[in-house]
Amino acid sequence: MSRPSIALGETPKPYSREWLLSDRPASRRQARLGRAYVIWRRFAENRLALLGLVILILLLFVAAFADVLAPHNPVQGDLRNARLLPPGTAGYLLGTDDQGRDILSRLIHGSRLTLLVVVLVAIIAAPIGLIVGTVSGYAGGWIDAVLMRITDIFLAFPKLVLALALVAALGPGIENAILAIAVTSWPPYARIARAETMTFRNSEFISAVKLMGASPFRIVLRHVMPLCLSSLIVRVTLDMAGIILTAAGLGFLGLGAQPPLPEWGAMIASGRRFILDQWWVAAMPGFAILIVSLGFNLLGDGLRDALDPKEAGQ
Amino acid sequence: MAALRFIVTAATTFLGLLAVTFFIGRVVPIDPALAIVGDRAPAHVVERVREELGLNLPLYQQFWIYLKQAVTGDFGTSVLTTNPVMADIARVFPATIELATIGTIIGALIGVPLGVLAAVKRGSIADQIVRVIGLIGYSVPIFWLGLLSLVLFYARLNWVAYPGRIDIVYEYTFTPNTGFYLLDAIWQGQWDVAWDLFRHIILPGSLLGYFSLAYISRMTRSFMLNELAQEYVVAGRAKGLSETRIIWFHALRNAAVPLVTVIALSYAGLLEGSVLTETIFSWPGLGLYITNSLQNADMNAVLGGTIAIGVVFVSINLFSDLLYRTLDPRTRNR
Repeated sequence: MSRPSIALGETPKPYSREWLLSDRPASRRQARLGRAYVIWRRFAENRLALLGLVILILLLFVAAFADVLAPHNPVQGDLRNARLLPPGTAGYLLGTDDQGRDILSRLIHGSRLTLLVVVLVAIIAAPIGLIVGTVSGYAGGWIDAVLMRITDIFLAFPKLVLALALVAALGPGIENAILAIAVTSWPPYARIARAETMTFRNSEFISAVKLMGASPFRIVLRHVMPLCLSSLIVRVTLDMAGIILTAAGLGFLGLGAQPPLPEWGAMIASGRRFILDQWWVAAMPGFAILIVSLGFNLLGDGLRDALDPKEAGQ
Repeated sequence: MAALRFIVTAATTFLGLLAVTFFIGRVVPIDPALAIVGDRAPAHVVERVREELGLNLPLYQQFWIYLKQAVTGDFGTSVLTTNPVMADIARVFPATIELATIGTIIGALIGVPLGVLAAVKRGSIADQIVRVIGLIGYSVPIFWLGLLSLVLFYARLNWVAYPGRIDIVYEYTFTPNTGFYLLDAIWQGQWDVAWDLFRHIILPGSLLGYFSLAYISRMTRSFMLNELAQEYVVAGRAKGLSETRIIWFHALRNAAVPLVTVIALSYAGLLEGSVLTETIFSWPGLGLYITNSLQNADMNAVLGGTIAIGVVFVSINLFSDLLYRTLDPRTRNR
């Protein structure tokens, strides 16, 4: 991208392209907006990343307006007239399942459950990882050793297997599934936050804040954590696909959302019995899972490339 | 010093593994005694069961007993099979290892060349295709892909055998010597059995292979890009070496060190992937054992299986770490 050269003394119009790309921002806001603009430009150059963004905006839209968009009731079907209709039947675009429920309507309502899982896991796991990682990295010494050992132990379990065991103990249900996935998701975030913290814990601005008398608590909260956020966001976005797949796997095994909730994994499980003759009952929810997790992966890849050009293409 | 550090790391990780499963099994559920006798049992019965299980003891004593039992390989008895959990695991584990090995072989044999191709032709159509194959591998639910591939390759095309490990005809006539059926059949020279086993394993194996391929090709590409930017590649070109020789002999050889680690890690990842794959393909391994026990609320078996997978997972991680240090001379004497 070519950088327009600006003669000294001449100030570009605010919010114009030149203003955003200026080498000498006059205000903090200009600097921030300028940086965001550069990141967005880098992100938007990547077509696949934009596709990911579009998929996720669509997902949000569908989840928000599920009641309006869904043509039929997602829970109650027409058992008498509409059992196991193939896709393309009038009124049932993606066909119906064994209880005469419209699969499209169930998928539309199921998008809410998928979003619920993803958002809640991120809200629970990311702060835990951030706190453990920054405290560990900033404190060092035995605190670091203990916290990292605990992190390593949780990393030592394969995610799905640990989540399985946890849900088996807690009892099936979507809340427990979310909790179990969150418990298995935080360790990589802690690792990343710690690594980031280590890179600047001895830097001058931290020493300056320390000299001004800031408490360690304040330093970690106000100065260390914000700097770890961008790499954490990338990692969480990249993890979203894995979270969706784990949730779907738990749902498939009957440990996630319970019937009649239209959870996509559980829908695949209920279609398993008819897979040979009525393939669409199991196939359609799988496409939904594939598209959404692909969206998260594309977006995460794009974000990583845009935020951290060093890593691009790796 | 490094060896001591390694041993301490390994020991604390295994200890932590047991601590987590202990916590899940004893602390998380409301009351294991109630789970056994049911909530309508009279109070004195519940109390007696609690005493028999040692649940009245302080938690640290319970954990100590649990540790002592675990070290001797005692994870209790499975309610479902009435066997000791350890015996069950020993019986089903070879099937999982066999499947994961086939998967890793397929993944590495296809994934490494694809990754090299993508790196060499960076930015080309081929690179994009490899990238999309990998991305879909990261995004697709494995159990769903398994179901669809069964419909296609078994029900419609009849290219592969039905779910399971061995045909019912051979199930009682074939006596394996180790539990790794495919190797046993070849060793015994029973080619018809080997062919049948192959027809059973090829679909779940390819499926797992696809998942490790996604990871291996992506990592290979990144390692190769790194190597191809090195000066020795320029020197090789200046010397007049053929491009094939530079790529496959010099660059790939240097990329091979981290690649071995990646392949080991993907092997560990397949143990996890096998849980869902085995349920789809009725593959009598550890994954199917865990999910079957789950359906029957058989906690001893579930936790025993979890520990088994955890231990193998940790061992492979530690092993790949060691391997990396041995293979890469730069990491020595540090």
